[in-house]
Amino acid sequence: MNTEIVDLLIVGAGPAGMAAAVEAAKAGLSVAVLDEQPRPGGQIYRNVETAGATRDKVLGPEYVAGRSLADSFRQSGVRYMPGALVWNIGTDMMVDYSLGGHSSQIQAANVLAATGALERPVPMPGWTLPGVTTVGALQILLKSAGLVQPDAVLVGSGPLLWLVAQQMVAAGMPPKAIVENTPRGRVLEALKYVPRALRARSYLLKGLAMIRRVRRAGVPIYRHATALRVEGKDRAEALRFRAGGKLHRIESGNIALHQGVIPNQQITRLLRAEHFWDEAQKCFRPKLDDDGQSTAKGLYVAGDGGGITGAASAALEGRLVALGIAGRMGHPVAADRIARLRVVLARDAAVRPLLETLYAPAPEILSPADDVTICRCEEITAGTIRETVRLGAPGPNQVKSLLRTGMGPCQGRVCGLAVSCLIAETRKQSPQVTDYYRIRPPLKPLPLTELAAFEPAPDTPEVIEK
Amino acid sequence: MAPSNPRRIDQGRVVTFSFEGQTVRACEGESVAAALTAAGIRDFRNSIVSGQPRGIYCMMGACFDCLVEIDGVPNRQACMTEVQEGMFVRRQAGAVEVKA
Repeated sequence: MNTEIVDLLIVGAGPAGMAAAVEAAKAGLSVAVLDEQPRPGGQIYRNVETAGATRDKVLGPEYVAGRSLADSFRQSGVRYMPGALVWNIGTDMMVDYSLGGHSSQIQAANVLAATGALERPVPMPGWTLPGVTTVGALQILLKSAGLVQPDAVLVGSGPLLWLVAQQMVAAGMPPKAIVENTPRGRVLEALKYVPRALRARSYLLKGLAMIRRVRRAGVPIYRHATALRVEGKDRAEALRFRAGGKLHRIESGNIALHQGVIPNQQITRLLRAEHFWDEAQKCFRPKLDDDGQSTAKGLYVAGDGGGITGAASAALEGRLVALGIAGRMGHPVAADRIARLRVVLARDAAVRPLLETLYAPAPEILSPADDVTICRCEEITAGTIRETVRLGAPGPNQVKSLLRTGMGPCQGRVCGLAVSCLIAETRKQSPQVTDYYRIRPPLKPLPLTELAAFEPAPDTPEVIEK
Repeated sequence: MAPSNPRRIDQGRVVTFSFEGQTVRACEGESVAAALTAAGIRDFRNSIVSGQPRGIYCMMGACFDCLVEIDGVPNRQACMTEVQEGMFVRRQAGAVEVKA
């Protein structure tokens, strides 16, 4: 059986993946785009093709702007495979994927991991109760099903929290309250980055406008909240916290948490690419060269998976990676266009240091109390993890072997960063030293029957020249 | 206090499926997770260690908390599966047993 061969296989049809596909196809590369969702857009432009007028108005012009990228993507002529789950990638860039209950392979010369970001874990007492979701989940309910929760309490910090609050206001169902947990002193700390952020001042202006609209809708806003806990027996019933020197209890069955987003490391870790701990972003990022290539030869990253930079930068990075690969494969590409894209990318990044400082996760979230569940799949608490480290477990993989943290179906997508940070704190070391779970295939659980029926190509002795 | 159900800001073509024997009205194109959420159903399964109720968390296929049995197949991520007319959806109680 002949294995399909492509110049560039892109995992993810969000802004980075779509933009890369369009550029690569234009430059003359053969391209396959594999994405788990049934339609393009990733999370940020999820369902943008079929949103409809009401959702367009509620979600706002920046969401709607993703539609033209989706259109270009559809017209690009690339082989787009929605509903495809990439579950393994070999060091030779042979990609194993599942589509329609059946696993196959594509041999890529280059792979672009454009799988974006995940929500940072926000462990607190009661966070596993039904009714507690991420703020991103509320937005996905809105984007994918036009649903709004009427008594939602948004808890945490970050631009997404304010964006979703504004979108709920626009939908006529403002949040019941916003409970911000940004510690005191952050604004002062972040002030020194304002001059730089002014180079991308449209972000700042939009952000301030969002906050103003939410305030004007009369949403109660609590600031510098601590001692957050969700109350409830079989479902979320209320949020308790301390703010302004008082104890508060807000009744709600819908509590949404957010402490920023972090790169999705599953593919880069699978291929043993080198990562570094970014102290400003408080997350691991893959080491990438100027072309966006990781230390795993042939594996490129564009978009939030390389470090949180947002949708506009994601598309720019996707284009640059594609143009770079095309050029190196001998296709003509315009050097001045590449230079222009880099200038815009640099300008777009100017707002990041301000946001990263202002909205860095709160100490209470990075260091939860002992009785808080950290690994949701296997139900392991922070105290158990700390104890195991004190008894000698040196890192996340040993903790995983002993306690099963990270062995559940999410494979660390939710708990990974929290476990690494907890171990780092207990061992009094930088997370750079602690590092992260080893990720092994399959990237998502597969039925045994599908694996049994899978006929991979015999190991090829030659690696495709790049 | 019973939590209020989410509101729909628009309507699509109606699709019906069953959850634990009761009929659920959903809209074409939405996920099973969204449809169950819209119907006020919050607990999709019981956790594997302590049997605690779990429901949606991330809605993007990362957390695996929304696992349900769909048409006899267990461990399906409800948020990653689009509703189909006549789907037969059931809760999962703990870990799934391998049937001989």
